[in-house]
Amino acid sequence: MERYDVAVIGAGVTGSAVARELSRRAGRFIVLERTSDVGEGTSKANSAIVHAGFDAMPGTLKARMNVRGSQMMPALAAELDIPFKQNGALVVCLNPEELPQLEALYQRGIENGVQGLELLSGEEARRREPNLSEQVCGALYAATSGIICPFALTLGLAESAAKNGVEFRFDTRVTGLEKTETGWRIETEHGPLEASAVVNAAGVFADGLHNLVCAKKLHITPRKGEYMLLDKTAGQHVAHTVFQLPGRLGKGVLVSPTIHGNLLVGPTATDVEDGEDLAVTAAGLAELEEKSALAVQRVPLRQVITSFAGLRAHEAGDDFVLGETAEGFFDAAGIESPGLSSAPAIGEYLAGLIAQKLGLADKKDFDPIRRGVPRLAELPPAERAEKIRENPAYGAIVCRCEQISEGEILDAIHGILGARTLDGVKRRTRAGMGRCQAGFCSPRVMELLARELHMDLRDVRKNGGGSAIVVEKIRGEDAQ
Amino acid sequence: MKREIVIIGGGPAGLAAAIAAKEAGAQDVLILEREQELGGILNQCIHNGFGLHTFKEELTGPEYAARYIERAKALNIPALLGATVIDLGRENGALTVTFVSRSEGLVRMEAGAVVLCMGCRERPRGALNTPGTRPAGIFSAGTAQRLVNREGYLPGREVVILGSGDIGLIMARRMTLEGAKVKCVAELQPYSGGLKRNIVQCLDDYGIPLKLSHTVVDIRGKERVEGVTIAAVDDHLKPIPGTEEDIPCDTLLLSVGLIPENELSRQVGVEISPATNGPAVNESLETSIPGVFACGNVLHVHDLVDYVSEEAAQAGRNAARFVAGEIGSASDDSVKLIPGGMARYTVPVSVSPRRMAEQLTVRFRVKDTVRGGVIRVLVDGEEKLRRRRPVMAPGEMEQAVLKKEWFAGGEKQIEIWAGKEE
Amino acid sequence: MIHELTCIGCPLGCALKVETDGAGAVVSVTGNTCKRGEDYGRREVTAPVRTVTSTVAVTGGKEPVVPVRTRTDIPKGKIFDCMAAIRQAKVQAPVAIGDVVLADAAGTGVDVVAAKAVEAR
Repeated sequence: MERYDVAVIGAGVTGSAVARELSRRAGRFIVLERTSDVGEGTSKANSAIVHAGFDAMPGTLKARMNVRGSQMMPALAAELDIPFKQNGALVVCLNPEELPQLEALYQRGIENGVQGLELLSGEEARRREPNLSEQVCGALYAATSGIICPFALTLGLAESAAKNGVEFRFDTRVTGLEKTETGWRIETEHGPLEASAVVNAAGVFADGLHNLVCAKKLHITPRKGEYMLLDKTAGQHVAHTVFQLPGRLGKGVLVSPTIHGNLLVGPTATDVEDGEDLAVTAAGLAELEEKSALAVQRVPLRQVITSFAGLRAHEAGDDFVLGETAEGFFDAAGIESPGLSSAPAIGEYLAGLIAQKLGLADKKDFDPIRRGVPRLAELPPAERAEKIRENPAYGAIVCRCEQISEGEILDAIHGILGARTLDGVKRRTRAGMGRCQAGFCSPRVMELLARELHMDLRDVRKNGGGSAIVVEKIRGEDAQ
Repeated sequence: MKREIVIIGGGPAGLAAAIAAKEAGAQDVLILEREQELGGILNQCIHNGFGLHTFKEELTGPEYAARYIERAKALNIPALLGATVIDLGRENGALTVTFVSRSEGLVRMEAGAVVLCMGCRERPRGALNTPGTRPAGIFSAGTAQRLVNREGYLPGREVVILGSGDIGLIMARRMTLEGAKVKCVAELQPYSGGLKRNIVQCLDDYGIPLKLSHTVVDIRGKERVEGVTIAAVDDHLKPIPGTEEDIPCDTLLLSVGLIPENELSRQVGVEISPATNGPAVNESLETSIPGVFACGNVLHVHDLVDYVSEEAAQAGRNAARFVAGEIGSASDDSVKLIPGGMARYTVPVSVSPRRMAEQLTVRFRVKDTVRGGVIRVLVDGEEKLRRRRPVMAPGEMEQAVLKKEWFAGGEKQIEIWAGKEE
Repeated sequence: MIHELTCIGCPLGCALKVETDGAGAVVSVTGNTCKRGEDYGRREVTAPVRTVTSTVAVTGGKEPVVPVRTRTDIPKGKIFDCMAAIRQAKVQAPVAIGDVVLADAAGTGVDVVAAKAVEAR
C-alpha cells in the first residue's frame, strides 16, 4: 500500500493552501479530491473577496486567519501569478439607528488589527462611490479589502504545491478512515492508502469525515448563497465592494466589481440539507434584486449574464475548526466566509502544526514561483505580438467574448494540473465566461480537449461525473 | 499599413458589403474573418429557405453563402481567415483596425472606411435568470446546431426548447430527424418569435407542441439535465402558480433572442441605439463615426438573410462612395426618423435628403402583433405613404420605402407609423 | 371540405383556404398572394412534399460532414426513410456543391446532393 506523510482530503482553496505550505517541507504528500478538478466545491462559487478582517469577533480563529490571510495575499498573488486588487470596501449603514453598530464594527476592526479603516458620513461615502443609494447614512471604509479570482487562487496554490512535489488524485472519493499504529488507513473508491497525518479540508462534507474519527462531533450546514454576475459593461457601476451592515445570517448582499471587470451581486443565505444543492431559486434572485437596491442605486440587473449558487460550510460553533482534533487528524472544517481570505493563513498554520508533529524539515529547493496561463488580451500590443510570433496558437482566438486564444487553452490543458473538462478550461482561461456564456466557443474548446487528451468528443464533460455534453455520434465511423 | 476599406466579418453581410464596395469602384477592400472559412453562421444553417428574394430559388445556407463567396473570389477580394479584430480605434482622425491571427500575428492598420459586419450572438440562459441547477445539457440552439450540423454529434435525446426563435424551431425539426424526441417548445410571449412557415414545417409536421405564454421555471439535474418544469405565464409574463408541469428531458435548448455583437463598435465610440442594440445609423448606414458603416445583424437582427445581403450591399456601396469623397461627411440637412404607433424602432434613425438615393428602404419591427394594420409614412405630419398590412408580428421585419422627391429641404421629422387601420 | 393552411412557400406565411370535393380533389385555393401559394395549397391537401436537408459523413475531408439536400421536394411520408438512407451514406472528399451523394433516395426518384464544398484533407 502506498504510504504518505500527509494526505489532504479536499482540493478546494483550503486543502490546496495546506498542500502548498506542506510542500515547503520534505515529505510525501497527496491531495485526494472527489471531483474531477480543484476548487469544484465552495471555492468555485463565492463572493471572490479578500476581506479586510473587521467582521469576525476578536479572538476567533476567523478573525486571526482573516487578518493574516489578507496580509499575506498581495505577495502570494504575485508569487502565484494571479490577479488581485485591493479596491477597498464600504460597509454601508442604511438606518441612522444602526450607526452605533457601524462604529462597533470599526472598533472590532481596530481590535482585530486591521489597517486602513475609516468611518465616513453618508455624503462622504457617496462622494467616493456615487452610485450608493440615498438611504446610505454612514459607511465604514476598509482600504485593504480586495477582489481576487477564486479559481485562480485555488489553482495557483494547487499548481504551486504540485510543482513542489505534491501528488493530486482527482475523482477519488474518500470512503473510510481507520486509525493504524503509524497513522491512518484511508479508504478511497480506487483503493486504500496510508498516511501519518490526515488533513480534513472536505468543505461542506468535513463534518462527515470528522465525525468518523472524533468524539466531539461537528455539525456543518450547507448554507446556500445565490449570485448574479453582470456583464462587463456594468463592471464600473461601483468601484468599491459595497457591503451592508452584517445581519444574523452573514454579511448580507454585496455589490462589487470582480477582478475581471464584471459586477457581482450576492449572496443570499439559505440553509439547505443537500451538500450538492446548487439550484438557483426564483425567491433568491428576487431577494438579490430587492436587497442590492437598498445600498446601491440603479444596479443594471438587465445586464446579468449568469446566476449561480454556492454552498458555504457553516459549522454550528460559528468559527473555523482548525487543528489536531484526533491523533494525527487535522481539521480545516467550517471554512465559510472569510475562508477565501483566510486560506493562505490556514495553510500556513496547519502545515506548521503538522510539520512540528511529524518532524518535517524545510525543503531547500522549494520554488515559490508559479506561472499561470498567460493572459494575452491583457498584454501591451508589442508583447502580445511577440508572444504570437513565439507561438502562433496565441493568435487564434477561440473565445471571442473574452478574447481567449487557442494557445491559452492549450496551456491550460497542458498545465501542471491541466484542465480536463469544459469548466476546467473555463476557470483556467475564462474561455466561455463572457457575455455569450460559451455559446460560440464550447464546441471549439470541446474539440481541443478531445484532440489534446486523445479522447472521443462523447467523453468530453462539462465538469465531473456524468456531465458529458454530447450523447451520440450521428455521422461517420462508429456512429450509432 | 493602410487599407481603403476594411470589412469586419465575412458572413453574409461582410461578403455582400465587400462585393458591392468593389463593384462600386473601391480598389482595396479587405475582409477580416475570425473563422477558418467565409460564410459565417450560414455554414451551419443547412436547412433550405434562403435566397427566395435574391435568387428566386430556395437555397440552403451553405449554398447561399457559396454564391457570394464565389463572387468575392471572382472580384479578387482578399479575405484573411482566422483573423479576429481585437481593437477598433481612431487616431488623429484616422480609423485603425487591429487584429490577431495565427499566420499574421498582431497587425495594426489604418482604414479609409470600416464596415461593421460582426453579426449577432444568442442571448444566453444566464440572461433569463432561470431558477434551477446548471448541469450539462443546456445549450443555446445555435450551439446545438453547430454540434449536430458541423461536428456530427447529437447533444441530447429528450429535448425541451425554450423560446420559439427560428433557430429553435429549425433545431426542433433537425433533432427530431436525427432521432431525438422534442417534447415541446415553450414560448414566453403569446406569439412566436419565429416565422410562421417554420412553425408549420418544423413543429406541426412532426407533432411538436408549441406552448405559447409558457416558460421554464425550474431546471433539475446535478451532472446532466434530468428534467425541467414549465409553467404558464400571465399578462405580465409572470409564472402562474398551479400551472407547473414537470417534463423529464436530458436537454434544454434556448432560442430566446439574438443580440447584435457591438463590442468593437462601442470600443471606437459608435453611438448604440437602445432599441436595436445596434449602431444608430443614417441613410448611408453610416454610424455616428464618419467612415464607419454597419449592416446585417450587427446593425439590427434580421429574420431573412436576403435582406441582410441587400442592406449590406448598400453599406458597401456607401463605404466606396465615402472613400471616393463622393458623399462627404454627415450632412447638416438630416431629418430625424422616428417610430410611431406600434413601430418599435427604425433603421436608419436619420435621413439626409441630399445624400439619399432616389429611394431608401427603412426597416422596422412592431412591438406586438397587429391585425388589419397599416403602415404610414408622415413627413412633418403630412402623410406621404399609406400601405395596408393584414398582419404584422414582432418576429417579422417590416419595411417602408422613402422617396427623395418628398423632400424639398428644411423638413424636421419623418415618422414611420404602424398600427391598426382606424 | 375546407382546409386551413399556412403557406410555407416563402416567409410571408399566407393563410390559405383550400376547398376539396368529396373525392378529395381541389376545387379552389384562396388566401394566397402568389402562384407558389396556390401550388402549395393544392399539393398540401393531396400529396404533400418537403425538401429534406441533413448531413452526410465525409471520408478524407477537411470537415467530418457535408451538408446535403434532396435536389427537389420528396413526398412528406418519405422523410424518415430518406433520413435513414442519408445516415448510412458516405462520401469521399473532395466534394463539390451539387455532387450526387445518394442517388434516388429511398425510392423517391430524387437525388440527395451536396450543398457545400468540402476539400480533401
